[in-house]
Formats: sequence, structure tokens, C-alpha cells
Amino acid sequence: MSPSSLHLAVALDGTGWHPASWREPVARPRELFTAGYWADLVVEAEHGQLDFVTIEDGLGPQSSHFLDPDERTDQVRGRLDAVLIASRIAPLTRHIGLVPTAVVTHTEPFHLSKAIATLDYVSTGRAGVRVQITARPNEAAHFGRRTIPAIEAYDSPRTQDLVTDLLDEAADWVEAVRRLWDSWEDDAEIRDAATGRFIDRDKLHYIDFEGRHFSVKGPSITPRPPQGQPLVTALGHQTVPYRLIARQADVGYITPHDTDQARAIVTEIRDEQSAAGREGEPLHIFGDLVVFLDEDPAAAAARRDRLDTLAGEPFTSDARVFTGTPAQLADLLVEFQATGLTGFRLRPAVLGHDLPAITRGLVPELQRRNAFRTAYEADTLRGLLGLARPANRYAAASA
Amino acid sequence: MSKPLKQIHLAAHFPGVNNTTVWSDPEAGSHIEFSSFAHFAKTAERAKFDFLFLAEGLRLREQGGKIYDLDVVGRPDTFTILAALAAVTEHLGLTGTINSTFNEPYEVARQFASLDHLSGGRSAWNVVTSWDAFTGENFRRGGFLPQQERYSRAKEFLATTQELFDSWQGDEILADQASGVFLRDAKAGSFVHTGQHFDIHGQFNVPRSPQGRPVIFQAGDSDEGREFAASSADAIFSRYATLKEGQAFYTDVKNRLAKYGRRQDQLLILPAASFALADTDAEAEELARTVRRQQVSGATALKHLEFVWNRDLSRYDPEGPLPDIDPDVSDNHISKGRAQVRMYRDPLATAREWRELAEANKWSIRDLVINTGNRQNFIGSPETIARTINEYVQADASDGFILVPHITPTGLDTFADKVVPLLQEQGVFRTDYEGPTLRHHLGLAHPDEARGEQRAAS
Repeated sequence: MSPSSLHLAVALDGTGWHPASWREPVARPRELFTAGYWADLVVEAEHGQLDFVTIEDGLGPQSSHFLDPDERTDQVRGRLDAVLIASRIAPLTRHIGLVPTAVVTHTEPFHLSKAIATLDYVSTGRAGVRVQITARPNEAAHFGRRTIPAIEAYDSPRTQDLVTDLLDEAADWVEAVRRLWDSWEDDAEIRDAATGRFIDRDKLHYIDFEGRHFSVKGPSITPRPPQGQPLVTALGHQTVPYRLIARQADVGYITPHDTDQARAIVTEIRDEQSAAGREGEPLHIFGDLVVFLDEDPAAAAARRDRLDTLAGEPFTSDARVFTGTPAQLADLLVEFQATGLTGFRLRPAVLGHDLPAITRGLVPELQRRNAFRTAYEADTLRGLLGLARPANRYAAASA
Repeated sequence: MSKPLKQIHLAAHFPGVNNTTVWSDPEAGSHIEFSSFAHFAKTAERAKFDFLFLAEGLRLREQGGKIYDLDVVGRPDTFTILAALAAVTEHLGLTGTINSTFNEPYEVARQFASLDHLSGGRSAWNVVTSWDAFTGENFRRGGFLPQQERYSRAKEFLATTQELFDSWQGDEILADQASGVFLRDAKAGSFVHTGQHFDIHGQFNVPRSPQGRPVIFQAGDSDEGREFAASSADAIFSRYATLKEGQAFYTDVKNRLAKYGRRQDQLLILPAASFALADTDAEAEELARTVRRQQVSGATALKHLEFVWNRDLSRYDPEGPLPDIDPDVSDNHISKGRAQVRMYRDPLATAREWRELAEANKWSIRDLVINTGNRQNFIGSPETIARTINEYVQADASDGFILVPHITPTGLDTFADKVVPLLQEQGVFRTDYEGPTLRHHLGLAHPDEARGEQRAAS
């Protein structure tokens, strides 16, 4: 890719990010729980030579409320495990990265580390993970292992304490998972018939992780995955998650609504990155945008209005909502790129409509601007993002 | 009138992390690369097998405080591999071993329901239990479970996941674009479970899957394990593949079903079985001997003896006589993360017996381990093996077998090409799949039909 190129990911969630998206004729809502539905979406994304797809997940029903179930019956409810969707699709694709969401709050880092490592084997080097916390009391009750207090206001000090605690746990989770991925050196499997040894056990390492919420001894039961370290990604809207991104992620997703905000967030994350001693390491910062795309801007606006009418309320999002043509979006992305963003994660309002508009409309517009690849240039997801295969932390220590 | 011929069920166990698997053979491929799993699964599906079976271990085995390095080490994540295999097969059942101790019901239920959706109804769960603090060191709760509670937790774990699977009836999703009703019932997926091990409530977020629930396997052999299977499992992964032992186990377990109101055909007995297959019986005998020597190297023989002696025996010569010292019978065992060592309940007696055997036969340590260890269950030409398998099944030593090849990933190929057609000719094995789901292959009713039957009977 040329130096002026940007990276593009698409976020897959149900039938799309507009809550009424399932009512569009193209939406296929009855097929949401079939492999074929997801395969078609990812194959379409690969057709557009996108860097990767993310797949949303959650440990409870979707809700229009921030922290509580809503008992609505007019929106998509229910979803399949994102890691398993990604794995089911991997053998059907060859180039595109697969980045399922893993909720880290109630789950085992040991299980998820081997699941993502295995996804990396199944996809021959195209796996990543998007880590997410949950502060929902009802989801805690699905596990019954701890009580998460109900919080009233998003910006109250109690909420901040809770979110900080959950993100601290997420940071531990990422650290444990990354150590597990390195817990086998690449050449640990020796198959030495002379001594009868299958592995050189000196090249397997206990990770001895001890944190406030869990300890993990290691090593992993799964050898080091093809990419060494699959991609770790996270979405952030404020300083604490920005810190997680700056310290531990390969890609961070942020939600600036204008270029000034983008510049400020990028600066904040880059400063945190330097403070963490990572300034030499590549860290992508992607802008998240919800997109309504049509060849005629009025058609896009009308479609949004129609969906809002069906939903009974105007669509709002944490991310900026773009309504317009692929060419207008291409201009906007290039403008945002100048703030230091290295790529974008687009959230199609209606997957059946806006995903093909990205792959068949936006991508050619970006290519015309010399801002996007014209062919897949690498075999791994790290390769597509210009990230080298990292050295093993334990091999370095013992060398 | 003679009894009608039973149809045989066949499955394929991906070569495991143990010394049955011969990694030193030039033909042996990767145990991790997806291409190995895909080859193995496609062979099983070409042969119209019922399902593929994956084992699991959540901590690398250790012996004498060191990671055990003589067998295959390392395996992928069970769920993730099975989901990917669903993409390269169409009919083959996908059975995964998942631990009920180091998981939580909500998450496991989501994963199995998702796998069942993504495979179009082909998932099965081999429910295993463990309690050891050694494995627990990799998990949030550590070694929290007393050994005597492992089945009580497993039972409640399984019952809880069944409640989650049943929290959706299957008709909740309307997705009516015109009226705007997606869900018929806002409470779909609601559950409350209050028990000794789990106290959880809320809403399950995966709608009912094609099979309703995954097919349930059980593998434990203790009295408790057998009761657990008789009460709750659809199939048993057993270790009794000989005629006499098989019949005894079969009778014992099937007789336990009545007290749970279940019929004999509602629980299948499927022993694991290894095999040495060649063109002639004589060649197969020779192959069996060669493979046994590959499976038990001198180093492996010493390590195996350590399971019984519970001492470091590395200074002994595997080609020499057995140790004259007695086993260490203390509780702290030299081997960690291995169920096998519990087979030797009286190590002093086993050691005495083995010394006598070795002296009588002039066996070295390695000879002893080769000869007392697990010989291949089926040895012979395709005709011999097909005939034996059919005899065993018709004689109620089992309902079929889960074959355990010793070579990854091609160890099933010849069986598929040579033995399966003979069974098909005899009319005791399917020539094509008759339905899309694993329940179809195994002749098990869908849980909704089973519920209907129970209601009709009561």
C-alpha cells in the first residue's frame, strides 16, 4: 500500500447499526442465526479488499438502554458467539482479517487466548480480538460470580470507579492473553526421534500471571499462533480506555465527531503511548463512523428518515453518523486521515445495503484518490496493517 | 425369529495427546494446523461416519515437576476448531469435550447453541469433570472443587445448560418486516436457576438451535459416572472395546436406564477403539507390533513405569529388568494432569505382578510396558476387522466404535476405503446420510419430540 493509504474495517452487528435496519427488504433477518448469512457478509467485505471485519458480541440480550435490558420486541434480539462465527467463516475466505469481540469481564483469559490462537491457525494468520468490558448488572447475574452494582448516571464518580476497575481487569486480561500466546516459542516442537522428545520443554514458559481478579499459570495448551501475536483491538470514548489502547492494543477505535476532536484524541493516545514506553511501536488509531451511503445524498437522507420513522425515534450513536455519497465519504475520510488517524472502522447502518456501498462505491473512490490498496498485499492481518511479526518475549529473555 | 441386525455407529477420534499417537512416523503430520483437522474430518465424512470427536486437556501434563515431552503436546481450542470444521463438512457430527469445572453454564450454553446453529444441527458435547488444583491454576477460581463434588457440579452444570437451551422454544423469532415485530415474546430466553453450585438468572441470548440441545456424551467410568450417563447422557464414550468387558459394561449401563424412565435405545455405548489394518491378517499382526514399539519408546516405557512406581526412574535402563525398589505410595503423585494414573489403585500389587510377569517372560521394562499396555483393539485385514466390529455390535458389546487412529491426519484413510464398504455390503452401516443433524445419524429423537412422547406416556 502506498504511504497515503488508509486502512478500512467494517463492524458487523446483526442486520446493521440502525435499530430498524432489519426491516429493510435487503436485511435477511430470519437468516441471522445461520452461517450462510455471515459468510455472505464477510465474502462481500473481502471483495472490497478491506483489512478486516469486527463482529459484535455480548453476554446478554441487546438493549437500547445503556445498562439494563429493555424488553423490546421491535428490534433484533439474540446473537451467536462472535469467535465461533469468525471461525466458521475463516475457511471460506483467504485474505480478510477476522476480529471477533470478546467480553473480558466474566470470561477466562486462558480459554479466550487459545480460542483466538486457534482462530489464527484456522485462518492462517488473520485473527484478532476486540476486547470489551460489560458493566451491566444483568449480565453479571448470568454468571452469578460477582455483583455489579446498578449505576445511575454515566458520568457519576461511582460509574467512573466501576469502569476503571473493569478496565483494569481488561488490562490484566490482555496481558495474560498476550503472555499465553508467547508461552510457546516458535520452534518448541522438535519431534526429535533420537531422544523421543516431541517438544523442547525449555522453550515452553510458565506465564505466572497474578492479577487482582485472576491468576494464570500457563503455558497455553495451544502453540504460538501463526502471527505470533494476533491483533488486539479496543474501542474507547474516554481517558481510561484510551490508556488501555495506548498501552496494550494494536488498533484502537475512537469516535471523534469532527477533526478537532480527532486531533485531540490522537494526541492524548500518542502521549499515553510515549509515557508507556511504546512510542517506537506501531499503533493504529481508527475512527469509527456509522454510514448511510447512496449515490444520491438525498436518497441516503431519505433512507435514514424512513428508518427513523420505522424505529419511532431519531437515530443516535456514540460515533459520528455520516449520510451521503461514497465520494463524499471518501473526501471526509481523507480529511480525517490528516488528523493522524490511520484508518476507519465503518458501521454500516443497513448491512445489506451499506456494506456493498462501501465495497463497491467507497473503495473505488478511495482507490481513485490513491488512498486504498488495489490488491491484498500480505497474507496475514498483521501484514495488511504493516505490523511486523513480534519477537517472543520469552525467547528474548532467555537468549 | 432372529433379532434384526443392529446398525453400527462409527466415529473418528482425532489422534490425541497421548502415546497412542505416533508422531515419529514419517507419515505423521501436524496436530495443530487446520489442514490436518480438515483432512481428518473430510475422510470421516467421505466414510459416512456419525461424528468426529475431540478430546481436551486444560493444562499441559507434567511428570516429576517438568512438562511431559515424550507424547504429542499441544492442541487447539475445541469450540473454535469444530466451528471451522463445520465449514468444510456438511453432515459430520462435531463432538467436543468441554470441562464442566472450569467453565460457566451461560458461556458454554452460548458456545454449544452457536455451534449448533453454525453447523446446521451437528453439535455434541462430551461433558467431563475435573477437580485438580493443578489444572485450576490456569483459571479464575483455581482448584475450588472438592473431588467428591465434581459429579454434583457436573450434573447441575448440565441441568443448568439444558434450562438455558430450553429457555427458547423455537418460535419466538417472527422477524415480520411489515408489522415490525421481531420477537413474539419479550421474555424469550428468561431463566432462573437456584442451586448448590449455580445461582443465576436473566435472559439467554441465543435462540433455540436446530437440535434443540447438543447431543450429550459422558465419559466417566466410576459408578457415579455411569449413573450420570444413565440419567442424562445420549451416548457414552467408554473404554471397554473388548467383547467380554464391552458386554459387561453395556449390560450394566443399559440396565440403569429404566429407573430414569428411559429406553435402551436412548443411550448409545460407543467405546474408543484403536486398530492395526493391513491387507492380510499376518501383515496386520506385524504392523501392530511395529506400531506398539513406536508408541512405547524406551523413554516412554520408563515414564509409564513411573505412573506406578511414583518415583524418578530415569537412571534405569529401559532394556533392562524392572526396578527392585517398591513404589512410593504417598499421595503426592509424580504425574500431574493425567487421568490414567488413577487406574493403578494398588501400586504395590501392580508392581509385584509386573515383576513376576517380566521374570516369567524375560521381559525388559520396555517389553513389559508394550505387552501390558493397550494393544490395538482391532488387528487384521479389512475383512477381519469388519467382521469383528459387526460381531461385537450384534453381540451387544457396544452400539459402535469411536476409532482412534495412531497417525495424524491420514490414519483413517485406509479404514474409510477398505473397511467401511464391507460393513455397507453387510447392510449394517449407512451408505449415505439420512438426515442433516447428528441426532438423525445417531437415531436420537429431537428433545421436543422426546418431550411430546413423555407427555403422551404420562
